[in-house]
Amino acid sequence: MDAVVEESGERMLFDARHLRWADPNGMVALLVAGTVAGRAQEGLPRLQLPDSADVSGYLSRMGFHEAAREVFEFDAPQRRASGGLSDVLLEITSVAANADVHAVIDRVQDQAGAILASKLGYPATAVVQFSVILSEVCQNIVEHAEAPGWVAAQAYNWARRLGRFVVVISVMDVGRGFRGSLMDEHSARYGDRWGDTTALEAAFLHGLTRFPDSGRGQGIQQIRRQVRRWDGAITIRSGTARIGQVPEWDDTPPLVDGLAPLPGAQISIILPARVPE
Amino acid sequence: MSERPIDPISIDVGEVLQRNVTSLYATLVTRPTGRAVRMAIETQLRGAGTLSLSLIDFSEVVIIDFSCADEVVAKLLQQFLDDEARDAFFVFRGVHEPHRDQIEVVLARQGLAAVVESRPGDFELVGVRTEAEARVWGRVEECGTVEPEDVAHLAKEDEDREALNSLSLRGLVFRSPKSGRVHALSRLVSHLL
Repeated sequence: MDAVVEESGERMLFDARHLRWADPNGMVALLVAGTVAGRAQEGLPRLQLPDSADVSGYLSRMGFHEAAREVFEFDAPQRRASGGLSDVLLEITSVAANADVHAVIDRVQDQAGAILASKLGYPATAVVQFSVILSEVCQNIVEHAEAPGWVAAQAYNWARRLGRFVVVISVMDVGRGFRGSLMDEHSARYGDRWGDTTALEAAFLHGLTRFPDSGRGQGIQQIRRQVRRWDGAITIRSGTARIGQVPEWDDTPPLVDGLAPLPGAQISIILPARVPE
Repeated sequence: MSERPIDPISIDVGEVLQRNVTSLYATLVTRPTGRAVRMAIETQLRGAGTLSLSLIDFSEVVIIDFSCADEVVAKLLQQFLDDEARDAFFVFRGVHEPHRDQIEVVLARQGLAAVVESRPGDFELVGVRTEAEARVWGRVEECGTVEPEDVAHLAKEDEDREALNSLSLRGLVFRSPKSGRVHALSRLVSHLL
């Protein structure tokens, strides 16, 4: 992403031949990077797919190739047999309108409950809270970004990092970001301090929104609350800043500024398996 | 005692939802969906006159998110509380455990309370309420109907009398302007359950 920002205007090649691993955040970020590159050039940027059959199969299971057709020019990958049971909760799904949010929630109903129970040890009813989280983060794209985005979710084993399974939810858009969304309504009160960090703090910590309606602005607050109940982590990156709510097991700093500018926003949620009592 | 001061109407949110949204499941998600469902409910209530009692049934709803809970529960209640021309009372049915948090959160945010059926036949007052309101509401709920001459016995202390008035103003019990009886909303909708 950082390289794309720096080299805008040039014909871009995304060389993923030596890619050995990509989580949902990586795959969705690749789509965002391709979209950003495509805006600054004529035609779609070129993507060279991974050489590794394992990685290519994994991208295929996550629906990456279908999503990438709108973003990159690439040679069609060889078709591989399905790998049987999958830990994919939600394939990469484009979100641009409310109907897409309904489609996302419909898609996770069949398999999310089983994966949340078998991999994370969550109760059967957790699929409802999980769906509510997905709904609220996807609506963030539709209502605030004013540009399309993608969402994906997958369970995998963080054997070395945590010794447990986790579910990663990744949501990114190529919209105007938190600062852009809140600027008209809230920048004046912050004066010179207004920027990506204060915008993220306003939304993430204080529930501010551009809508005057007092019922608004609770989505992120309630997502944070549910993620905390599950001892999970949530971070939001937008512009040059990233803010997060991090549990004890995660050493990610809660607030970082001075990052390379990210158009739009990235919401990353990590839900760990329950520790048996 | 057999007086039924209001003829309640039953509104199945799952059915309203299926009419308004193309979805495999009865998932009450996204704010426009919630708004569409609320407007469909309001349309039904428009024909109910200046005094109405509605049983809003969530039994068939699989998922409700915070945006929809805000539109379908909080905004619906707030709108009728603000409307001086109409008295509308609501009981929310089928508020099972997975829906409960979303509904309690939006009620709390707007300073509202509601009567909900959390399990079949099990009614609760949820949202923002004082201890006195909760206590007096519980007594009315237990009695079902309180005769005018028994109201003083039900709420002996000033605090309890104020709480009863507040419950009535907030649409959480119904005090008949004709008979002076105080009715638990759950009792008034019992024949619809």
